Amino acid sequence: MMINKNAITLILCAVGMLFSLTLMMKAHADPINPILKAEINQDRPAEAIAKPIVNDVKQVRNYPMQPPLIPHNIRDYPINTNVNKCMACHNRTRTEESQAPMISVTHYMDRDGNFLAEMSPRRYFCNQCHVPQTDAKPVVENTFVDMEAMVKIAELIKE
Amino acid sequence: MKRFKKYWKVFSKPSIHFSLGFLALGGFIAGIIFWGGFNTALELTNTEEFCVGCHEMRENVFQELQPTIHYSNRSGVRATCPDCHVPHEWSDKIARKMAASKEVWGKIFGTIATRDKFLEKRRHLAENEWARLKANDSLECRNCHNFDSMDFTLQGKRAAEQHSTALASGEKTCIDCHKGIAHHLPDMTGVKGW
Repeated sequence: MMINKNAITLILCAVGMLFSLTLMMKAHADPINPILKAEINQDRPAEAIAKPIVNDVKQVRNYPMQPPLIPHNIRDYPINTNVNKCMACHNRTRTEESQAPMISVTHYMDRDGNFLAEMSPRRYFCNQCHVPQTDAKPVVENTFVDMEAMVKIAELIKE
Repeated sequence: MKRFKKYWKVFSKPSIHFSLGFLALGGFIAGIIFWGGFNTALELTNTEEFCVGCHEMRENVFQELQPTIHYSNRSGVRATCPDCHVPHEWSDKIARKMAASKEVWGKIFGTIATRDKFLEKRRHLAENEWARLKANDSLECRNCHNFDSMDFTLQGKRAAEQHSTALASGEKTCIDCHKGIAHHLPDMTGVKGW
């Protein structure tokens, strides 16, 4: 009886070790940090900082309501209680000189739908919605499908 | 008054004890020493170490400068305080240094001795600098940024557009657009172009 018990423990241990080994191998194949491709206990140098895209070319919007992206550098552009640098070009009164797109009319609207003379305070912090892009590679695959493409697919299926 | 007259008498008479050569040469050497001393002392006040020697500069404007491109950038070329705030030409420099005596006054009486006092004065101080740079056609910018050496094809589209028109024609000068590039801006309400 005694020997049998020991044998069972031994087998259980072996199975447990095998199981944890496969788990570890699996963990190695799929690291816990997908950005740095590292385990939690590994030191890795940080990735190089991605370069901002500053080509001044308007980018397509993925859906009609998407806030347009910023195609220029915004390093050190202050948006604070004193000043909003974006408005030095994108404000209604500044667009003739700057030839920059004017902030949309919705930005002059308060939450009750009233139009104001100035930009609505709730729209003051531009980069809450509008962001510049960098040349960083996506960490995970993006499966977003444009609505137009979806409509086309639907039509194809119908046919 | 009597004593002054006595001194004037001695001063206005030809020298009896010293030769003309001694006086001329001595004057020459003393001139070098005094002039050199003056200029050395002047240049000493023209360094960043001198500027940030006071907490008013070190804890406000110097901190703001450090993350900007004029302090840290890819090539390591940087501007120090006097590069932008003191003219390089001698006569302009002396004029600026004379105006700076007001800053000594401010230091003594603690005009911007606290953060709150500084923030209160920021618009006023900034306006002084904008006016100075506007009046001298952004001379201190142009000490490094030579218009003739600007290659518009290497600039961004927006930058090239502005530089080749408004700046080239002299209609605008650097400071008209490039405000607050090295320090934080004050409340800009009512400032042209903001």
